[in-house]
Amino acid sequence: MNMSTLKARVFVPADASALSVGAEAVARAIAAEGVRRDLPIDVVRTGSRGAFWLEPLVEVAHGGTRLAYGPVASSDVPSLFDAGFLTGGAHPTFLGATDEIGWLKRQQRLTFARVGVIDPLSIEAYRAAGGLVGLQAALATSPAEILRAVRASGLRGRGGAGFPSGIKWQTVHDTAGPRKYVVCNADEGDSGTFADRMLLEGDPFLLIEGMAIAAIAVGATRGYVYIRSEYPHAIRTFARAIEAAEAAGAIGQSVLGSAHRFDVELRVGAGSYICGEETALLESLEGKRGIVRAKPPLPAVSGLFGAPTLVNNVLTFAAVPWILAHGADAYAEYGMGRSRGTLPIQLGGNVRRGGLIELAFGTTLRALIEEFGGGTLSGRPVRAVQVGGPLGSYLPAHLLDTPLDYEALAAVKGMVGHGGVVVFDDRVDMAQQARFAFRFCAAESCGKCTPCRVGAVRGAELVEHIVAHGPREADIALLHELCTLMTDASLCAMGGLTPMPVLSALTHFPEDFGLMPQRHAAE
Amino acid sequence: MTLIKELDTGTPIRTSDRTVTFTIDGRTVSVPAGTSVMAAATTLGTKIPRLCATDKLEAFGSCRLCLVEIEGRRGTPSSCTTPAEDGMVVHTHTERLAQLRRGVMELYISDHPLDCLTCAANGDCELQDMAGAVGLRAVRYGADGANHVKAESPLFLPSDLSNPYFAYDPSKCIVCSRCVRACQEVQGTFALTIAGRGFDSRVSAGGVDFLGSECVSCGACVQACPTATLIEKSVVAQGQPEHSVVTTCAYCGVGCSFKAEMKGDQLVRMVPFKAGGANEGHSCVKGRFAWGYAMHPDRVLKPMVRERITDAWRETTWEDAIARAADAFRRIQDTHGRDAIGAISSSRCTNEEVFVVQKLVRTAFRNNNVDTCARVCHAPTGYGLKQTMGTSAGTQDFRSVAKADVILVIGANPTDGHPVFASRLKRRLREGAKLIVADPRRIDLVRTPHVRAQLHLQLKPGTNVAFLNAMAHVVVTEGLADQDFVRARCDQDAFAEWAAFVAEPHNSPEETEQHTGVPSADVRAAARLYATARNAAIYYGLGVTEHSQGSTAVMAIANLAMATGNIGREGVGVNPLRGQNNVQGACDMGSFPHEFSDYRSVSDDATRAIFEAMWHLPLDREPGLRINNMLDEALEGRFRGIYVQGEDIAQSDPNTQHVTAALEAMECVVVQDLFLNETAKFAHVFLPGSSFLEKDGTFTNAERRINRVRRVVAPRPGMDEWRITAELSRALGYPMTYESPADIMAEIAALTPSFADVTYETLDRLGSVQWPCNAAAPAGTPVMHVDRFVRGEGRFMITEFVPTKERTGPRFPLLLTTGRILSQYNVGAQTLRTSNALWHSEDVLEIHASDAENRGIRDGDLVLVTSRSGEVALHASISERVAPGVVYTTFHHPDTGANVITTDLSDWATNCPEYKVTAVQVRRTNGPSAWQEHHRVEVQTMRQVAAS
Repeated sequence: MNMSTLKARVFVPADASALSVGAEAVARAIAAEGVRRDLPIDVVRTGSRGAFWLEPLVEVAHGGTRLAYGPVASSDVPSLFDAGFLTGGAHPTFLGATDEIGWLKRQQRLTFARVGVIDPLSIEAYRAAGGLVGLQAALATSPAEILRAVRASGLRGRGGAGFPSGIKWQTVHDTAGPRKYVVCNADEGDSGTFADRMLLEGDPFLLIEGMAIAAIAVGATRGYVYIRSEYPHAIRTFARAIEAAEAAGAIGQSVLGSAHRFDVELRVGAGSYICGEETALLESLEGKRGIVRAKPPLPAVSGLFGAPTLVNNVLTFAAVPWILAHGADAYAEYGMGRSRGTLPIQLGGNVRRGGLIELAFGTTLRALIEEFGGGTLSGRPVRAVQVGGPLGSYLPAHLLDTPLDYEALAAVKGMVGHGGVVVFDDRVDMAQQARFAFRFCAAESCGKCTPCRVGAVRGAELVEHIVAHGPREADIALLHELCTLMTDASLCAMGGLTPMPVLSALTHFPEDFGLMPQRHAAE
Repeated sequence: MTLIKELDTGTPIRTSDRTVTFTIDGRTVSVPAGTSVMAAATTLGTKIPRLCATDKLEAFGSCRLCLVEIEGRRGTPSSCTTPAEDGMVVHTHTERLAQLRRGVMELYISDHPLDCLTCAANGDCELQDMAGAVGLRAVRYGADGANHVKAESPLFLPSDLSNPYFAYDPSKCIVCSRCVRACQEVQGTFALTIAGRGFDSRVSAGGVDFLGSECVSCGACVQACPTATLIEKSVVAQGQPEHSVVTTCAYCGVGCSFKAEMKGDQLVRMVPFKAGGANEGHSCVKGRFAWGYAMHPDRVLKPMVRERITDAWRETTWEDAIARAADAFRRIQDTHGRDAIGAISSSRCTNEEVFVVQKLVRTAFRNNNVDTCARVCHAPTGYGLKQTMGTSAGTQDFRSVAKADVILVIGANPTDGHPVFASRLKRRLREGAKLIVADPRRIDLVRTPHVRAQLHLQLKPGTNVAFLNAMAHVVVTEGLADQDFVRARCDQDAFAEWAAFVAEPHNSPEETEQHTGVPSADVRAAARLYATARNAAIYYGLGVTEHSQGSTAVMAIANLAMATGNIGREGVGVNPLRGQNNVQGACDMGSFPHEFSDYRSVSDDATRAIFEAMWHLPLDREPGLRINNMLDEALEGRFRGIYVQGEDIAQSDPNTQHVTAALEAMECVVVQDLFLNETAKFAHVFLPGSSFLEKDGTFTNAERRINRVRRVVAPRPGMDEWRITAELSRALGYPMTYESPADIMAEIAALTPSFADVTYETLDRLGSVQWPCNAAAPAGTPVMHVDRFVRGEGRFMITEFVPTKERTGPRFPLLLTTGRILSQYNVGAQTLRTSNALWHSEDVLEIHASDAENRGIRDGDLVLVTSRSGEVALHASISERVAPGVVYTTFHHPDTGANVITTDLSDWATNCPEYKVTAVQVRRTNGPSAWQEHHRVEVQTMRQVAAS
């Protein structure tokens, strides 16, 4: 008789966000308490479900389902045992069946389906939960068919630019070269974003599988994953995942026993935000100073070491196995307009229930903030929402009905970006936020192009001057001119998008700059 | 005369089979595919504002001034990074673009000093030009912001004045990265970077300062800088030049073209000339900066005479000095016979100057006792290549290396000796070509930024032939020879004989390993790599020629190239890296005792008849004396007078004590030079020569390229060197009636088939030509032996390895080999009289740690190096560059006396001395050697000039 079948299974996240609120101590306490009480317990470390206000979220497998307790402190552990939590006993932290928690139940988790559920480093668990089906499907078909599926799915780059993935993949495929590369951009530097990290920590095989499919499709045999140095847990987990995937034959000399070879190498960044820009990332991967390259040539044509290179974000690659496993049409059924599929949204800032919310494109900001976020944490009115990271626009309350959709956001001069949504209440000073946008750009600019290198510094000084001395017409005009210059003349999106938060603040919140407030239709 | 401003297309114009046609501002333009919109615009004369683009560098796209609008495309792409495409409609000047450009300039100027009037770049500043071009009228950001300009700013960095030749002022830097990219792309040293990021970004040489960095002072960064950030100190001191003269550098055999930029008769700076065929706008520290010797107070500017070499020199008139020389030579010939005098021509002088010296010997001296310093460097090249291929010349142009896939460098150290060629080579290696280095020493090329030799074959000095035979053995026995090429182009019998010879077991890598010390597996790998490359090229230097088997090694190299079909097209060939600026030319001009120009034998009646007809007198059919024969004869009392043009045999020739004894034995030594050199200590007549800045004529570089040397300033001693020789000839009764060097070239062309179509007019029109330049090749010949070898069929020569007689043993257990370094040139007469001396205060002895330890030698100890010829003291430098058993030094400093220890052994065919192998012992000492002591005193006594 196998003792393990008798063991109770307890799931405790090892995700960095859970660890930051004590998950490690909780896991240890549960194991220790099990030993003390002579109860055979298997403590499975998982990723996070993404409901951060419930972390550390402890789950137990009972009766064919998962029951949730949270947030659990290590001091709660004896009482949990006393309450019989291994069999779903009542406890103040008891949340019921995990799948029935409304916040999770209302999501449409395709990419994050396994995150927080399985042991991220168990290839068996990954297989059991539907992993590698997409890769097997890819191996059973032709590169042309994979490319067709990616194109038909409507998948767009999740890193921020939203470029149709099928076209990019096709370009790499069509460009001749003695060797090609697949590069995953896991340099997730945007403030208020964490989806890449959660996936790297919670379901790393999914990324490996997505990259392997991409490699087969474009004709590459080597992949690099560039993770920012600020993600030590993700780095550790992903490094082990590569070894496990190799050991399981999912990658390496022969991908799942096929004739395809695919090796993955993990590379760690050195603390530069701009290395999340794909060409600077390639420079960094080549061992050079991380500065932006001019395009053309596109990386798809001449990328890493001059070879055709597919550079995609973690979430883009991670969306692909589902598409191959379930069909492009099934994926395209999610979403609206030209934004197909799901978007892992990262909701943060001044909200009660922040975390990872994967939804089909089309949900409005209001629904997101109210139904998922539960309003502001402070209880004060929402004044501004920054969508798409530090270079995204600040949208005022009267635009909260804008759906999360590439085109709809563009129409209000915003952007989806990497799916970060940061909420501010009515105490925010938008002139300071505009200044911050310039200061951020100045701090993170690679310094190659003049509009960004010098413009960001002058922009911050200008906003400071306006705040200190009042909005003289000439200064406001110069600010607008500078923003046009940075938008039109910057070498990359860093300088090119910095005006978005600045101009949105100036447009929607002129009173914070000492200008006359603008009038809107009653909300 | 005006200042030459070369066209800068911003980005390189590509070469392509395909042409694209599109419109710029309504005008149609066609350019090779891959060319940028910016470069295309310059062909129409359209100037798109730019700061970070310059056509020596790849597009970078950082300044954002060159933005354009393209119909049907979003945004405002930068024209430097946008390739031209068919049908594009480009607008370069619109209101939107004007706004953006003014905005960019406003940002630049918001962090730039406004001291234009007192700035050294005033008048030659691209930032200033662009501010004007875009119509910048105000900087609205105020003066209180963050900046690098004000001394009190936390970002302010003081100027770096550590380099002797240029200054770096970070406050003027616009972070265009042109200097950094020039250091990478053009020079290939990677010494510079941008430190910091964002607004903090600033150029950095790493380390403490420029002088303490890896910078090799090639000047590419200074040339690339669009502002006064990196600027020549001479420009800071003197201001902007006002006219320029294009001329040719007089250092090494690369033969770089320069613009000498002048203010009146003052040289302000030397700037490499982009149209220069050899260098295409690049330079090294010597040519770019080390020209100050021409103005050095040590220059002798008046003719001088003395009765005895122990007398003080006495200044005199040209007439007197020349008459004394002529009288002495005539007297010697009357007394000791016609053959008792001779001359040595200089590879440092122009073709025209050399030509008249050999003519002087053959006509006025009426013998063939003329030799040249090629005797001591590349004479084996002449012999070996003539025997195998038919002429004494490298087969390629330098540009050819860009097509090579495998490059074998043997016995050469290009990054030090031929730095501008080395930059081309390194560029090709960075593109992926494979490198094999065969050298006793780990030269820089073995491992330098972004370059790494696939194989470094660290052979023992003196074993080149064994190694090359082993390479050939592998080629032949492994079936790697190019049979088609050999059948079509080479002498079959000679090939068969040679193939059988190299296939013999004693030539196998396994057998030769005992001589060379190179693992046989490495030799086999090298042979396979070389033989199977699409294009394989061999570059070699004095490490091949300066051996008792120098000529044999050259022939072995030629055999290898022919056997593998690596001759007659771009990317291949046999390429001697010539030492002196005009060593090729000096040889071409007939400076040898047995040969007229074009390497034709003096014993050939038909050839002699041509010269006799032109010169109107009968010529001697017997070859004359070589340098070493002259010296030997002098010690026998049979050779008593010599005219030495610009060569310092007392320092540069081997076994110094033998040389000086011979000189002392002569009745009349006439030295023509810039300085009172070592040889002049033994002279009776001193004729002051002219620096290259004062010369008018031509130099021929290692790729047979004939370059014009144009007069930048008048000859400081008042007489051209060719005229000095002509006057001496006249005084000896054979008048030469040239009006100018062009007349001499006309005579050369008339007498020399390879030069038949060379005229100054042609050179001025084409920039330069590579000989042969004649009716068959009116624009010259970049690659030789294309369809057939000069001698008809390529001839394989048997190259049996014969070890040198110079052997190590218990008394002399180490092998000394010699070489030179980047900052210095040969005997140092020039470079040590410039600030280049900063980089090389003395010659040191490189010795391996194990050899040092065995002798109790620590780094920096004074050691005595003793050979069978003599001994000198040097400071030791413990180094892993040399293998155990090998020591190495340079010979730049006269008081080192490196040639005191070298031997009398020489190449069997040409008498080229065996500088590269001397058995020595090394031990610690506490003072200079006896020779060095003697030399120190001698310098004082034998160089005195009487007060005039």
